[in-house]
Amino acid sequence: MKVTRIHITGVGGQGTLLATSLIGEAAMLAGLNVNISEVHGMAQRGGVVESAVIIGPALSTIISDGEADILLGFEPSESLRAANKCGSNTLVITNSHPFPPFTSAIGQGEYPDIEKALAQLEKRVKKLVALDADAYAHQAGSILSMNMVMLGALARHADLPIKADHAKKAIKKNTKKAFLKKNLKAFDLGYKH
Amino acid sequence: MNPLLKTKSGQKRLLLGNQAIVRGALEAGVAFVTCYPGTPSSEISDSFFELSNESNIYFEYSTNEKVALEVGAGAAGSGLRTLIVMKHVGVNVAADPLMTLAYVGVEGGTVVISADDPSLFSSQNEQDNRYYGKLSSLPILEPSSPEEAKDMIKDAFDISEVLKVPVIFRTTTRINHSRGVVTFGRMKKRVIQGKFVKNPGLKVTLPGVSRTLHKILVDKYARAFQMANGSPYNFIKGRGKLGIITNGISYAYVMDALSDLKLKNNVAVLRLGYTHPFPKKLVQRFLRNKEKVLVVEELEPYMEEEAKTAAQEAGLTIPIAGKSDKLFSRLFEFDPGMVRAKIAKYFSVKYKAPKPVKTSGLPEIPNRPPNLCPGCPHRSTFYSVKKIAGLDTVYPTDIGCYTLGFMPPLRMADFLLCMGSSISTACGISKATGRKTVGFIGDSTFFHSGMTGLVDAVHNKHNVLLIILDNGTTAMTGHQIHPGVDTSLIGRDKQQIKPESVVRGIGVKDVYAVKPRNLKKMQEAVKSAMAYEGVSVIISEEVCPLYAQRTGEFSKKMIFEVDQKKCKNKRDCLNLLACPAFYLEGDKVMINPDLCIGCAVCSQVCPEHAIRPVKLGEQS
Repeated sequence: MKVTRIHITGVGGQGTLLATSLIGEAAMLAGLNVNISEVHGMAQRGGVVESAVIIGPALSTIISDGEADILLGFEPSESLRAANKCGSNTLVITNSHPFPPFTSAIGQGEYPDIEKALAQLEKRVKKLVALDADAYAHQAGSILSMNMVMLGALARHADLPIKADHAKKAIKKNTKKAFLKKNLKAFDLGYKH
Repeated sequence: MNPLLKTKSGQKRLLLGNQAIVRGALEAGVAFVTCYPGTPSSEISDSFFELSNESNIYFEYSTNEKVALEVGAGAAGSGLRTLIVMKHVGVNVAADPLMTLAYVGVEGGTVVISADDPSLFSSQNEQDNRYYGKLSSLPILEPSSPEEAKDMIKDAFDISEVLKVPVIFRTTTRINHSRGVVTFGRMKKRVIQGKFVKNPGLKVTLPGVSRTLHKILVDKYARAFQMANGSPYNFIKGRGKLGIITNGISYAYVMDALSDLKLKNNVAVLRLGYTHPFPKKLVQRFLRNKEKVLVVEELEPYMEEEAKTAAQEAGLTIPIAGKSDKLFSRLFEFDPGMVRAKIAKYFSVKYKAPKPVKTSGLPEIPNRPPNLCPGCPHRSTFYSVKKIAGLDTVYPTDIGCYTLGFMPPLRMADFLLCMGSSISTACGISKATGRKTVGFIGDSTFFHSGMTGLVDAVHNKHNVLLIILDNGTTAMTGHQIHPGVDTSLIGRDKQQIKPESVVRGIGVKDVYAVKPRNLKKMQEAVKSAMAYEGVSVIISEEVCPLYAQRTGEFSKKMIFEVDQKKCKNKRDCLNLLACPAFYLEGDKVMINPDLCIGCAVCSQVCPEHAIRPVKLGEQS
């Protein structure tokens, strides 16, 4: 079996770590070997939060430059920042809704024109899927479900041995009752995109 | 009940390395756990904090790592299985008792976790704590995965109990914060009632006693050396004339690299997990039929130097390489691709590295450094202090969220060594420069090791102002309790000690307790303290908003917005206060209603009074 490496990036507070462990749970439910790495601590204070899921016969828990099979970006400029993880064969799935860093508000650097920049990246990778996951999350009832939208998009577009059912089962197992309906709706919206 | 406690033997779970360690310790029958929280170890302590409410395990967040080790040593000396948890730099704080606990030894199995942080994700240095093994003569075990961590820590308790010394369990961030599939094992019965057997001739470390104890330790070391040479945690995978010696997470990168490079049948790998005492005999056997050996280890060349010594003693002259300009660096953590490339290079294997996409032509992305949260009371304190004490004053800082006061535009951090250093370094700077120096310290850090520095300041009559940023929790590491916390809010029965009573008890005369969101009051206090010759303390009291939201103490009812008609775009809110809730829409300053928590500080900063409160949901 081949190894699939998923690099996940986003901003502290966007729920990337929960999404990461749900991908892991889903892989486990599908009977696959899985290793994950996460970043905790100081970086979570509004900084970039990166994690990795490696599915298949491998022991490593992180992904080197150029070696991600899938880049899952929860914020478009963070997907661009992590472009070095991609090779020409990488599938990029990114939220297109901007969450500019504070530095751009105080004049240290300019937030890029996302549409143009993603179009540039699209030419260099196998496939790029951009979706307004924030909008879908609002539609599902809460911005907090944005990570579930991204999971839905991953389940749809990635060539993974994990089925949508596995992902939904993992969501059900790990979501408080009050949020479950919203989360599953958000997942479906992402899946249908 | 916590799944780590209730899940039955034989079940598989996807666990964080730190959770796997907790489960392993539970399976070993751990009865007594002490710690000081610190990334990347914190989730171990936090799990035990929860578990202690549902079981008869004793757990405490100790005042600092030295105290944690000493409290643990008392329990271990009374026969209980004891776990003592800290990050790598915490071992420095605990080093004094640790070195001598090695002499005195333990009765109950005792494990000291040293969570090292290669690449400094959340630390002030990346020291390699394997050298504590050499310094203390204590055994060191190092796992390569969460699953192994669970089994290995269980055995670490047994090894400790056989040798009657504490065992150092060394992890790195990539073990603590990796998640893998772990199979649960059976739980050993927990013994929670200890008995202290008096034996002052071997337990009171007078020089005469310690001369005997040192000899006993050297004997124990010899036994540990034999164990390391035969340990199942030191194993060989594969065969061949080429060899690799590796440990920890590097083992994962090595094994993946050998399969990627199709070298599995040409290279033998010696994985060391029981790394101190260094299993010299085993390594000599491994080296004997090799032509060339590579040592793959993060940080310092600990195994490499030991392997070279072992080779020399065995009369072997084969090349052994590791750290060099062309091979591995002593800096930062490794990654799979880098290890693969170095292995290919050292063993002269053809290899083409995967090519990352070209990033030329892609726009540069503005940095997104960690920052103080929206509404963080530290920001208002920094704003006020900077306004009154100015840019010429030197500001030593300390370890916590407020270290982020370093970030522009606040830039309120000039010097930092370690936990508690703000006050003591301020004393030195003030004496050397002849100016009142202002240190910042958090409440948990103040109890950890700021108090002793403050005693020095008072006793030696230094001219310093210490600002205690009292947010009622240990925020940076995930909101742990500490001696200053009112634990009744979370239903725990601990005695609260107010920083103000400590400060007054130490003998500080110039003391202010101020709410930092009242900028006028805070600035008056800073003015008065700066004019005072001697030791001043301002306690800036405001609960961490993240924590207050979690405990239900605070819920957002009101937010602020910019009245665009009144705003003259002076931008003090952005340029001086720099709360991350602000952003620019074209040329207009706006407040993100999702991020604003309604702290009202910006409305006091705005010279045009253009920032006004609105009820949540009624914003324009």
